[in-house]
Amino acid sequence: MSKRRNHRPRRAIKDPRGESTLFRARAVAGFALILLGLLALVGRYAYLQVLHHDEFATRADANRIKPRALPPARGLIYDRNGVLLADNVPAFRLEVVPEQVPDMKTMLSRLGSVVPLSQDDLDTFRKQLAQSRRFDSIPLKLHLTEDDIARFSVNRWRFPGVDVVPYLTRRYPFGELFAHVIGYVGRIDDNDLKHLDPARYKGTTHVGRSGVERSYEDVLHGTPGYELVEVNADGRTQRVLETHPPKPGTNLYLSIDVRIQKAAEDAFAGRPGAAVAIDPRNGQVLAMVSVPSFDPNLFVNGISTADYRALTTDPKKPLYNRALRGVYPPGSTVKPLIGLAGLESGLRTPEDTVVSTGQYCIPGTTFCRRDDQRGGAGKVDLAEAIEQSVNTYFYKLALDLGIDRLSHYMAQFGFGHPTGIDLLGESDGVLPSREWKAAHSKLPWFPGETMIAGIGQGYWAVTPLQLAHAIGTFAGGGVPYRPRLVMATQHGVDARIVPLPNPPEGPSLVSSRANWEAVDKGMEMVMYGDKGTGRALTVGFPYRIAGKSGTAERYSRTSNTYDDRSNLAYLASRNRAWFEMYAPADDPQIAVAVVLEAGAWGASSAGPIARHILDAWLATKGSQAPPFTPYKDASLGDVPPLSPEDVPVAPPDGDSP
Amino acid sequence: MIGPYLMRMRRFGRRLMTRPRIDLPLALGLFALAAVGLVTLYSAGDRSLSLVGGQAARFVMGAVLLLVVSRIPPSALRTWTPWLYVGSTALLVLVALLGEGRGAYRWLDLGVMRFQPSELLKLTMPMMVAWYLHPRQLPPGWKDIAVVGLLIVIPAGLIAEQPDLGTALLVAGAGAFALFLSGMAWWRIGLLLAAAAAMVPVGWHFMHQYQRDRVLTLLNPESDPLGNGWHIIQSQIAVGSGGIFGKGWLHSTQSRLDFLPEHTTDFIFAVFSEEFGLVGVIGILVLYAFIIGRCLWIAMEARDTYSRLLAGAIGMSFFVYVLVNGGMVAGMLPVVGVPMPLVSYGGTSAVSLLTGFGVLMSIHANRKMHQ
Repeated sequence: MSKRRNHRPRRAIKDPRGESTLFRARAVAGFALILLGLLALVGRYAYLQVLHHDEFATRADANRIKPRALPPARGLIYDRNGVLLADNVPAFRLEVVPEQVPDMKTMLSRLGSVVPLSQDDLDTFRKQLAQSRRFDSIPLKLHLTEDDIARFSVNRWRFPGVDVVPYLTRRYPFGELFAHVIGYVGRIDDNDLKHLDPARYKGTTHVGRSGVERSYEDVLHGTPGYELVEVNADGRTQRVLETHPPKPGTNLYLSIDVRIQKAAEDAFAGRPGAAVAIDPRNGQVLAMVSVPSFDPNLFVNGISTADYRALTTDPKKPLYNRALRGVYPPGSTVKPLIGLAGLESGLRTPEDTVVSTGQYCIPGTTFCRRDDQRGGAGKVDLAEAIEQSVNTYFYKLALDLGIDRLSHYMAQFGFGHPTGIDLLGESDGVLPSREWKAAHSKLPWFPGETMIAGIGQGYWAVTPLQLAHAIGTFAGGGVPYRPRLVMATQHGVDARIVPLPNPPEGPSLVSSRANWEAVDKGMEMVMYGDKGTGRALTVGFPYRIAGKSGTAERYSRTSNTYDDRSNLAYLASRNRAWFEMYAPADDPQIAVAVVLEAGAWGASSAGPIARHILDAWLATKGSQAPPFTPYKDASLGDVPPLSPEDVPVAPPDGDSP
Repeated sequence: MIGPYLMRMRRFGRRLMTRPRIDLPLALGLFALAAVGLVTLYSAGDRSLSLVGGQAARFVMGAVLLLVVSRIPPSALRTWTPWLYVGSTALLVLVALLGEGRGAYRWLDLGVMRFQPSELLKLTMPMMVAWYLHPRQLPPGWKDIAVVGLLIVIPAGLIAEQPDLGTALLVAGAGAFALFLSGMAWWRIGLLLAAAAAMVPVGWHFMHQYQRDRVLTLLNPESDPLGNGWHIIQSQIAVGSGGIFGKGWLHSTQSRLDFLPEHTTDFIFAVFSEEFGLVGVIGILVLYAFIIGRCLWIAMEARDTYSRLLAGAIGMSFFVYVLVNGGMVAGMLPVVGVPMPLVSYGGTSAVSLLTGFGVLMSIHANRKMHQ
């Protein structure tokens, strides 16, 4: 070879004869290698067929042993106190062993007249049939009714290879209360079979479809076991020789307290909206509701077409997870955080004041936006600006910060991107920024957009979870924790409960205690100050509450004039009501964000729901829930608008251009 | 308008029938192999005549394609090669894009029929390598080797991504054989093999979990009684229990009792080994060796570099099928979806194999004339 290489420089043109010779050599060498490979194969076959023939012949004769999969029991789901939220209950299903069925087609059509079989049942069965070994038992129809079982038992002799088999199915004892958190499992269909590991899911019929059931599918499922059974020459099971039990799935403990969850759902009284409560000290979600909800049990063994159509055509969209995916303009609820950004950036001190005259214009332009109070609130500092939700203060602050600093700071609080909760399908929301606008519009960024971003209007859109996360992060002294639903796991019923660590995502976002206290003061004044919107919400509560309301318009405003129509039902049709709260103000242990899709005012509509959640939380701490009479709200429908004497109607808040 | 065209077609058809350009020894070898395949299939498929009939129909279709392709002169093939290669690779990319987010996706649905573009590469790959090396100076230097490597890696990588490791192996093998036959220096081959061996841990990292499992299962089949371990054990029992002379045709017990999975497709060779024993195995391997040897003979007689490399590479890649499938059935190699050529049930591979042999027939018809 080396000789040929030495000659290369001289062979500037192709040398067909040389190539032909070279090829001949290569072809012979290649053929020799191939013969070598084939000889190796022959060697291997001789090894199996001559040297070990006796051994394999014996094994072939004794080959009456087949493995049979034992599916694992799915992990259970509990609330933080051990209340069972997702359970496995026994049920019956029809199974078919293909190799014992002489004629599958006829059998299926005849069986269909005894036990009703849906097209879904048949499609999934055929798909699994193609993927399984002929002696594997394949489920055909789940969740047989008593009637089905009775009818089949009488006709059983007609269907060799078909049998009624007990199995465990999923049940959600609390029904719709946890539908948007836990989600549900559904029957494995032919789509799932494409990506599930067939060995791991052999014998399993259900897989997590949404919520925690889907996000934690991997740990909830468990590991299948198998048993070795002896079969006779026809393939029928004679006896079980060996059993390797399956490893059940991991049990999960949610951080949610079922009592808080229930109180939150009840407080909505069926009005569409969502609420999320988070423990600011560790990011644990204490309650998460989306109203209206649906019964997840319907989905477990295949939902009927009528039920499904009812759910999908309901104008209130019960299947829509508003807490996780609903995006709403946050309105004034972000003002405390904007104020904090002013302090943190060094542009403002808590004492700096702004004069609110009822209207603010960008200096040198005619772009003007108004305050909510006619004539303005006068001279206000930060705390007063938060208390009275003074737009002018935040217009000016937003312009001074500029959109880049503003959105950078707000992004740290989790706006504009998923919070990273352990649920799939979270919305991003929209945090106004130059980048966002550049990606969605051809127009440049306008200063007016910065200004209205300061009061949570414009492009802003947040999910209830994002707002709860943001206010929880603030309440916890600015230390960001990823929201978490699952706080502990347990491998087996009697095993130790292992807490899942949830370390903070980073250092505190608030640089000094003084800044935190200045903003907190404003939020406490919302609840206790003379002009605060939440005054009526603190009655009888033993701890100090800090909060902020928000009322965001559902439609863009056409003029800058004031709308004097104060009919609550009318307002409810135009506004989205927000309320965020945390308590106790000096040592926050719970932070709540509530949105009502059709609420007249943040404080009077969404506020009482937040307060009910705090009451329920207090009750779980062992205290008596204090007496608290919520506002009557026009959107409840049955009460006429009340006169101001009856109800301390809060001053209008936070609605802006 | 259509008249002269029709007439030419008819003339082409007549020539096809009256003066087929085939190499008789190779044709006989293939015929014998197909016959063995059908006989085995009858037994493995529970004596289903419809199964055997279907496979025979595919053989006929393949034979027709073989005859048609055999009339295309190699020089024409060479002219089309880059287009065929680029076209088939583009189809692979299309499949990759369409398959986004679904598990294994290999098929292109044409409405009337579905086909696997990766199947085309089995032929267009060696064609492309031969086309590239044809005008260059041989043996190739590092630069040409690098270019050929790129030509191989792009489609093979796309196929491995699908994921279809078996076909990727066959396609890459076909290209590599063309390079080998071009006279690539032994020391360079050694160096590349050493480098490839060093890359094994990296490759392991990029493998799908199920592919890793298959390798691990091979090392310890008992660990996976519900999946591939079962296949391996049962297949070995079938082979081993066959002994020297086998249990006789239609007398395999393992497949009849359904212990043996995939016993008409990927594992049909286990049924063959059980029924015909080591004698049968040696017999069929000799038949394969004869076919490969005949291919290399045709290659040696070919007129130009392109034909030589192409014919040789097609012949040698035939060996990869036999080695990988035979090794898998005997528990030597991991379970990869490579059929036993012309014996396993399944249409696409039979048709594409026979088309490849059509190219060989054409090269044979245009061979160098000896003095």
